[in-house]
Amino acid sequence: MKRGVSAEAKIAVSVQPGFHVNSNTPSDAYLIPLKLTWVPDGALEPGAVVFPKPQMEKYEFSDKPLSVFTGDFELTAKFKVPASASQGPGIMLGKLRYQACNNNSCFPPKTVEVRLSYQVQ
Amino acid sequence: MSALRLGTVLATGVLVGCVIYWGWPAKPARAASLKPDGERHAAPDFALKDADGKTVRLSDYKGKVVLLDFWATYCGPCKIEIPWFMDFERKHKDQGFSVLGVSMDDDGWDAVKPFVNDVGINYRIMVGNDSTADMFGGIEALPTTFLIDRDGKIAAVHVGLTSKSDFENAIEQLLQTPAHSAGGAGRVSLPAELVGAR
Repeated sequence: MKRGVSAEAKIAVSVQPGFHVNSNTPSDAYLIPLKLTWVPDGALEPGAVVFPKPQMEKYEFSDKPLSVFTGDFELTAKFKVPASASQGPGIMLGKLRYQACNNNSCFPPKTVEVRLSYQVQ
Repeated sequence: MSALRLGTVLATGVLVGCVIYWGWPAKPARAASLKPDGERHAAPDFALKDADGKTVRLSDYKGKVVLLDFWATYCGPCKIEIPWFMDFERKHKDQGFSVLGVSMDDDGWDAVKPFVNDVGINYRIMVGNDSTADMFGGIEALPTTFLIDRDGKIAAVHVGLTSKSDFENAIEQLLQTPAHSAGGAGRVSLPAELVGAR
């Protein structure tokens, strides 16, 4: 990518059948949202993360529908390439934090590493 | 996965997509049933602080039936069970029964105290950690609830949301069983002179 432009990365996420993860805007203050953060590396400037529209699903253990993601979905991470960015390859490291449940149990929040390779021209 | 170069005609470009795949194998909630006496093992003794900063040891409850609940404020199924456990505490506390809740919230008391106050939980709550979970063989899912008999042995483990009646039946059964005298809280030590000791 050229310096001085904006860029996007699509991050494909897949949740196993039978499970759901809270969306980035969960319906209860106690729920842990899906969150993607980046470790700035000096080359790319992280911008907004665009999440898909969540599903509102009713579960046996909840009085009201929950804002969740299930199955396959994509996040769009936006970046800016500063004019001063060094040319060459790089890897942008990110952390995706999520908290999943199935119909009768919940699991501790987890963080997975996201690695984005890029090339500044 | 190799990086993609952006074309110059594009104002924005797609870098690289990476697939993140996660999940846990789904485990069905176990039906409530008590292990036969001979198959029960001693519950690990932990020492954790409650909301008042007092140390709670499981061994303090020897002689009582204990429902030990691992939960978290973000756990919907846990929050279904908590009112049941409050009922059990009210109903059975004078019969030698106690509920103990161990929160596994990463945010600790910052998350737990407001929730406990909101709900009005009437039993002791502690904040646990990975070490606590490891003592119990690793707590993978919440809620995980142990029923501990009067001898301090694990009589049942429930993983996931379980029915209130299943818990109630098991608790009542355990309450009817006194502690065993050998090595348990039911042991009575007689003064030496009464047993003819010299």
